[in-house]
Amino acid sequence: MSVLLIAEHDNSKLKPFTLNAITAASKINIDVHVLVAGSNCENVSKEIASVPLVKKVLWCDSPNYQNYLPENLAPLVTKAAEHYDHIVASANTFGKNFMPRVAAALDISQVSDIIKVSSPDTFIRPIYAGNAFATVKSNDKKKCVTIRPTSFEPAEKTGGSAKIEKIEAVDIPNISKFIKREETKSERPELGTARVVVSGGRGLESGENFKLITDIADKLNAAVGASRAAVDAGYISNDHQVGQTGKVVVPDLYIAVGISGAIQHLAGMKESKIIVAINKDGEAPIFSVADYGLEADLFKALPEFLAELNKLNTIQK
Amino acid sequence: MKILVAVKRVIDYNVQIRVKEDGSGVHTDNVKMSTNPPDDNAVEESVKLKESGKVKEVIAISIGEDKAQETIRKALAIGADKGIHVKADSYIEPLGIAKILKSIVEKEKPDMVFLGKQAIDDDCNQTGQMLAAMLNWPQATFTSKVNLKEKSVEIVREIDEGLETIEVNLPSVVSCDLRLNEPRFASLPNIMKAKKKPMEQINAKDLGLDLTNRIQQIKVDEPPKRKAGIKVANVAELVSKLKNEAKVL
Repeated sequence: MSVLLIAEHDNSKLKPFTLNAITAASKINIDVHVLVAGSNCENVSKEIASVPLVKKVLWCDSPNYQNYLPENLAPLVTKAAEHYDHIVASANTFGKNFMPRVAAALDISQVSDIIKVSSPDTFIRPIYAGNAFATVKSNDKKKCVTIRPTSFEPAEKTGGSAKIEKIEAVDIPNISKFIKREETKSERPELGTARVVVSGGRGLESGENFKLITDIADKLNAAVGASRAAVDAGYISNDHQVGQTGKVVVPDLYIAVGISGAIQHLAGMKESKIIVAINKDGEAPIFSVADYGLEADLFKALPEFLAELNKLNTIQK
Repeated sequence: MKILVAVKRVIDYNVQIRVKEDGSGVHTDNVKMSTNPPDDNAVEESVKLKESGKVKEVIAISIGEDKAQETIRKALAIGADKGIHVKADSYIEPLGIAKILKSIVEKEKPDMVFLGKQAIDDDCNQTGQMLAAMLNWPQATFTSKVNLKEKSVEIVREIDEGLETIEVNLPSVVSCDLRLNEPRFASLPNIMKAKKKPMEQINAKDLGLDLTNRIQQIKVDEPPKRKAGIKVANVAELVSKLKNEAKVL
């Protein structure tokens, strides 16, 4: 039987990680169907239908699903799941929120945050903040799986023409309501998908000093990340946090500045292709994962770094 | 109002874990154990709500081997009133844990269940949501702010895009994030007092639930190691390496 993926979107367009999840879903079974549940989200269902790996789109349009409240979304997914062997979603705050409700309703033991599909029932997932990889086999007949998006390439966006089937909304329990969402708007690339990430830690000493980080990020067209210590200290908002309980990033270049490299932070960035660490403490654990380590005072090194980058003419922007 | 707060005993967050050579798991002998960090936030918030007068009773529960009682005692030392230890000698998946919690909820009838958003050992992030679904209760995950009202609770949640505010009816499940509060340390007199607080013991087997694990752990490996990097002398060398060697600039 086919695999059902739950699309993440904002009712007007698809969130990019859905494309990574589609790739993962197609490794479980090539017959990938995608559920688009939302309010006035016809454009999203069309966007999904044009993804060549997608064979069918289930589109459910109702104000009930406008804000993806898990109490409302899970019963719809649970009903749609009847015809599928696998129900999958991204392992981000969207998928993590509703998928366990679906699994519980179906009496399924969920497989969370997989980084590899070994076979339709066997997966690899990181445990202990990525310090161990577990190979697990699900013995449930139906399987609920969440996917670490950065471990899979995004699927091709255009060229397909999957059939869109409209499905009915189901009753909602009316036990929760959405009030507001405060999204951090930024001109910079998104942290989860950026090619370059520049992150700051407690070594920055203040929120104002994060300008040293953002200046470099702007020069490199990079996203800005942070350690938990920097977020806890209030230097920067929570959506920038990289780590075990923040975001997992896998950029081509990760620059960690003033970050000591706690296990929990390494969990979120150590799969990056090239890692640079700038820290004045030569013994900091971050150097153990860095390809290039610079033991230096960041307040001197960052302005110099920016000046050197300005000399290069290969950098865009 | 009554809160049930669930805590889990895990390998301490500062321990660098070691994978067993036979691939059967990770070393746990002589390894420091402590409360799962976001569970500390859950206990702190429950006790704060009690101190504010909005909540009358806080019950701490843990499921696991006998040593899980240490984790419960810690919650009692922070300010929980009573402990429940559900004894289970082998690993139970989040689905089974949620079933156990559900049966305790049906008996204790709390208005809210607090717990950490995720355990730092298996990193599943499932239990709270599963419990809420089984009870047909609403949930608040990744909670960083709690505003308890008479019949509902207003919650600020940390999501990938920033912050989200929701309001859920009571009873509800609240899974706590690390920025919800600053967990206090238990004072020595409170640690002593906690030893006298009641602790109920239940055997998981006696609950009559299907707790069979559905996921078979085939093996546990070390993640691929990064090859050792180099230290550069100065910024100019760094930029030159990034441009000419790594070719990322």
